[in-house]
Amino acid sequence: MKRSEMLVVTGVGGAAMLASAAWPGRAWATPDEARAYIASTLGPGTPVEGKVTLEVPDIAENGANVPVTITVDSPMTESAYVKTILLVADGNPNPGVARFDLSPANGKASIECRIRLAQTENVIAIAQLNDGSLWSATKHVKVTIGGCGG
Amino acid sequence: MQNVTTRVKVPDTAAKGDIIEIKTLAYHPMVSGQGKDASGHTIPREIINTFTCQYNGKEVFRAKLEPAIASNPLLGFYIKVDAGGTFDFTWIDDDGSVYKNSASITVT
Repeated sequence: MKRSEMLVVTGVGGAAMLASAAWPGRAWATPDEARAYIASTLGPGTPVEGKVTLEVPDIAENGANVPVTITVDSPMTESAYVKTILLVADGNPNPGVARFDLSPANGKASIECRIRLAQTENVIAIAQLNDGSLWSATKHVKVTIGGCGG
Repeated sequence: MQNVTTRVKVPDTAAKGDIIEIKTLAYHPMVSGQGKDASGHTIPREIINTFTCQYNGKEVFRAKLEPAIASNPLLGFYIKVDAGGTFDFTWIDDDGSVYKNSASITVT
């Protein structure tokens, strides 16, 4: 077994152990709850995969501080711009991570932040454009040590 | 929350029409409300829940943050500058505290 694979295997087990110790009986958000959260925040449309670039490490050794950069392909002009970017994690205690409100004043639709991931899970970024359309990107992140206890 | 300080990084100068990157940081523990103390009691949530950036008095960026944002929340974003002036940054805490910072830019 390669070292990287071993890290992944122990990582998943470690995160699960930590999770059960830190949150006994804790119910985690599910992908369905994440979808419901997205719909309740941005409306009923179904996001289409595309336009959004989500930069997150494949493996986060420390779930307490995971760097994320979200970039949306948009000219950011009065006629075509990104209104909202929603960041969601479908295996955290609550799916919502952050909501960013943008306008043509931004010139470029790109946001950098640092997030907490409780366990190995999907990070999802959804962009709502001024025409109402929804675009998304999803990335599965393996978490070695979960990080929501802070 | 007491003793919360903030830092902002804004270019001193830019050309008209440039898209500049702004980075901001607040030194704040972002207590998620998920943790427990030694005796098993839940430590109550206390986070910065809102951040705004105003450019010459007009709001140009707003973030609503949840407990899944890491401690010492860093935010990076872009602004298209068309005139010199002032950026005003505001962070709002769950307990109602408001932290402020500002920076000026010269546009040529």
